[in-house]
Amino acid sequence: MSRPSRPGSNEPAPTPVGFAKGFGLTFTTMFKKVFTEQYPFDIYPTAPRYHGRHVLNRHPDGLEKCVGCELCAWACPADAIYVEGGDNTDTERYSPGERYGAVYQINYLRCIFCGLCIEACPTRSLTMSNEYELALDNRQELIYTKEQLMAPLLPGMEAPPHPMRLGDSEKDYYTVDSQAPLQKGEPQSSANEAGRPITGRAIEVGRHHG
Amino acid sequence: MGLEEKLPDGVLLASVEKLVNWTRKSSLWPATFGLACCAIEMMTFGAPRYDSARFGMEVFRPSPRQADLMIVAGRVSQKMAPVLRQIYDQMPEPKWVLAMGVCASSGGMFNNYAIVQGVDHVVPVDMYLPGCPPRPEMLIDAVLKLHHKIMNEPLGPKRAERLADQKVELVPSSQRFAR
Repeated sequence: MSRPSRPGSNEPAPTPVGFAKGFGLTFTTMFKKVFTEQYPFDIYPTAPRYHGRHVLNRHPDGLEKCVGCELCAWACPADAIYVEGGDNTDTERYSPGERYGAVYQINYLRCIFCGLCIEACPTRSLTMSNEYELALDNRQELIYTKEQLMAPLLPGMEAPPHPMRLGDSEKDYYTVDSQAPLQKGEPQSSANEAGRPITGRAIEVGRHHG
Repeated sequence: MGLEEKLPDGVLLASVEKLVNWTRKSSLWPATFGLACCAIEMMTFGAPRYDSARFGMEVFRPSPRQADLMIVAGRVSQKMAPVLRQIYDQMPEPKWVLAMGVCASSGGMFNNYAIVQGVDHVVPVDMYLPGCPPRPEMLIDAVLKLHHKIMNEPLGPKRAERLADQKVELVPSSQRFAR
């Protein structure tokens, strides 16, 4: 097979050796390792600091960290967060201090996962998990409420409302000592060892940035 | 949708329904409808690393006549809305729409006069996929959830009546396909 090269081009005329080289490359590719990630069967971990679904964290005794300040809602460029603060009373206490987040909603059809809310949060209440499988078939259910966003109760935690267990004042919750019970426990997540595919339920909800 | 509406309901159609749904979900050809940055992730979805050919949907059809699924990837401007509707109308039944990314789903951070606040103002949407842009895994997850929905779709009006109040539960793909 020979084809005259186009007039004026300096491309060499095709030769049998050229064909062998070209198709030889195609042929050897058949024996190379497959590049495809088998996603729904193998889960490849995201980067540890991947911006996934939000989590509202708890203090080691189970009280909520959120103080209902709305700074996350103000920082949000997409207006995806809605917060209503409420007053703690001695009989009904959800967080140390005066205020707590009574209503907390994140609209995942507005959220762009930029993380500005996490930067704005003064108590490290709001962090992000690595969970990303969020698709749903209606807009209503994609507005996550506080119950869906709250971190699960770990061993040693007690569901609020209950009185402050780690000290007499709010300040005691933000000292090194008060965080000690957390550090003693199991590590929050072993999901993110880079480069290793994981099978099964690998995407955990937890305090990855906490 | 066609011939099945004329046929009587019965034992035969119950398994035909499964077969029809299986054929529909197994070669869900998407129409090329990339509008913004989400389209880049949609291209990655078709490329070797994520390989949409595994789900029989590697052929992005430039002609709506040959497409079953419209992946609206990106922000829809007011000017694009009639074009989008026309493409949708030109697609043959049965057809599905996947709103990819927050802009297509709700307008996202572009809450202004230029952007349609959710593509469901223009066409009926079957699956909303958050993310800005969603990673290819998220798109695969949304597509698999849509497959699951298609598998549970009723065939004909009588079955539709019977299954009217049945809600399809959408489980994250990493759970459903865990091995």
